[in-house]
Amino acid sequence: MANDNSTQQWGSRVGLILAMAGNAVGLGNFLRFPEQAIQNGGGAFIIPYIVCFLLMGIPLLWIEWSMGRFGGKFGHHSTPFILDTMDKKRLWKYFGVFGIFTNLAVAAYYCYVESWTLSYVLHSILGTFIGMNQTQVANFFNTYVTIGKSTFGIPYEAVVFYIICLVINTSILAKGLEGVEKVAKIGMPLLLMFGAFLAVRGLTLGTSGASPAHPTASAWAGLNFLWTPQPGTLANPKVWLAAAGQIFFTLSVGMGTVHCYAAYVKSNDDIALNAVSAGFMNEFVEIVLGSLIVIPIAAGYLGLGWLKHHAGFGIAFQTMPYLFSHWGPFLAAVAGVMWFGLLFFAGITSSLAMGTPWMGFMQDEFNWGRKKSAWSFGAVILILGLPTVFFYNLGVFSEYDYWAGTVSLVVFALAESILFAWIFGMDKGWKEINEGGDIKVPEIYKYIIKFITPLLLLFVFFGSLLKPLNNDWKLAFHNLFTGNGWTLDNSSIIKQVMQSGLREKLAAATDPSIIHHLRQVLFYTGAARILLTATFFGICAMVYVAYVKRVREGRA
Amino acid sequence: MNATALILMITVQVTVTGFTAYFFYRVLTSAPEPDSYAEDKPDEQ
Repeated sequence: MANDNSTQQWGSRVGLILAMAGNAVGLGNFLRFPEQAIQNGGGAFIIPYIVCFLLMGIPLLWIEWSMGRFGGKFGHHSTPFILDTMDKKRLWKYFGVFGIFTNLAVAAYYCYVESWTLSYVLHSILGTFIGMNQTQVANFFNTYVTIGKSTFGIPYEAVVFYIICLVINTSILAKGLEGVEKVAKIGMPLLLMFGAFLAVRGLTLGTSGASPAHPTASAWAGLNFLWTPQPGTLANPKVWLAAAGQIFFTLSVGMGTVHCYAAYVKSNDDIALNAVSAGFMNEFVEIVLGSLIVIPIAAGYLGLGWLKHHAGFGIAFQTMPYLFSHWGPFLAAVAGVMWFGLLFFAGITSSLAMGTPWMGFMQDEFNWGRKKSAWSFGAVILILGLPTVFFYNLGVFSEYDYWAGTVSLVVFALAESILFAWIFGMDKGWKEINEGGDIKVPEIYKYIIKFITPLLLLFVFFGSLLKPLNNDWKLAFHNLFTGNGWTLDNSSIIKQVMQSGLREKLAAATDPSIIHHLRQVLFYTGAARILLTATFFGICAMVYVAYVKRVREGRA
Repeated sequence: MNATALILMITVQVTVTGFTAYFFYRVLTSAPEPDSYAEDKPDEQ
């Protein structure tokens, strides 16, 4: 089909690599990685993490790049019909729906976080955080995400920044790959520069941040905890599951964005080298820069004990501005701009990637123009995203993150690895990976992709589905083999479906205000599920209509 | 920092940096196929 999408191409190879790396480098590199490392034994986490990168991350990148380029040969730029070209069974194109759905649902709440970074850059420049103590900085964030309260004096400030962020994303997407590439070429070098500045500060902080309130605070203690190997914990499936999960999020595999970007690569062009280059660039940002900012700086001022108890997403917004304020007004503003600026660039290069599968689908299947596709993406995100803004404190944001940003990725990656290695066939798949390659992929990866990667993905899927109580696998297996059954944790997929944790809290609550709050959470998370399910089936219906249209036009 | 942690940190970070630099260098020095990228097209240069 001749539309402006079929003539689009990447401007340069470096632009493509930076856009792909930008897609992978996200907020998780700086926020989720340190959190996972802290919660999974520090030094115990790094080794499984690297093993999972080599056995699951890199293979998945090759799978997705080659699937994308293969589909692109037939003029497909989104996963439903990319998967359809690899096997004609009808089912696959509906699995491909995950490659659009996940992006819409994740972009909806991801743009909200992105809008926080934008707002915090402005607040850092204006010196809002100067003179605030730790509690005040933390409360500032709570005020920001409470609709009706304002930090700038703008009514519905969080909504306004969210819409600004959405308009920025959509305007760039309306320029097509050229716009995406331009942002990557500017954003990625800036991100590396900002990250390097903060990492040097983290690495050189030492014990200079200790204070009477935190006399034992030391950046070295944080780095010690992160990097001291603990061989004993390598036998714990919990650590391996966390490491494998982190590889998913950090590389943005299982989303459909890599397929979409790769679909614009010419059929005789390299993907083998491109994929590892973009993958390692992401790892550089995560392992080198990501490990040297939050952990040493937070441990350097507040101590390792505090960090272990408070590791999480919130540190970025609720604590970092307070820590920067120790550096004096000028450096605090510079560090704030750099920290939230790098998070903004990490976020926008990922959210732009999330827009392209929807655009590719609308352009390929319904002949929509680039601008119309981009603005329709913005409109869908606005509808899906506003509930996460308005009901952030009522669990809607977390609900999206869990189902779209966690479970869907694993399901889709598992399906695509089986399709690629076992149905499309490993011989054809191997030929696809190596076609036009500027490097020779080691032969051993043929077997890793066929056997190890799907097995690891099955391990991740069933590990999440059947997560035992308190994530204690040793005890769970002991109980199972001694006839005491398998007790699921409330964070397992099965218990999450039933909202067991929330219902238990509700049953145990006696305070009327807590009961009222929990009932509201139950209602809004239920509504969020309905919205997500409707979105998924809505896309399924669009794929069906597109398929019927193809049959009518003799293109199926 | 203790010696083991320092050794592991330096080893991992140097290795990852090395691989990142090596692969990116290979990207920069490998000649793309003609017409692969818009900026390589003679009429647009």
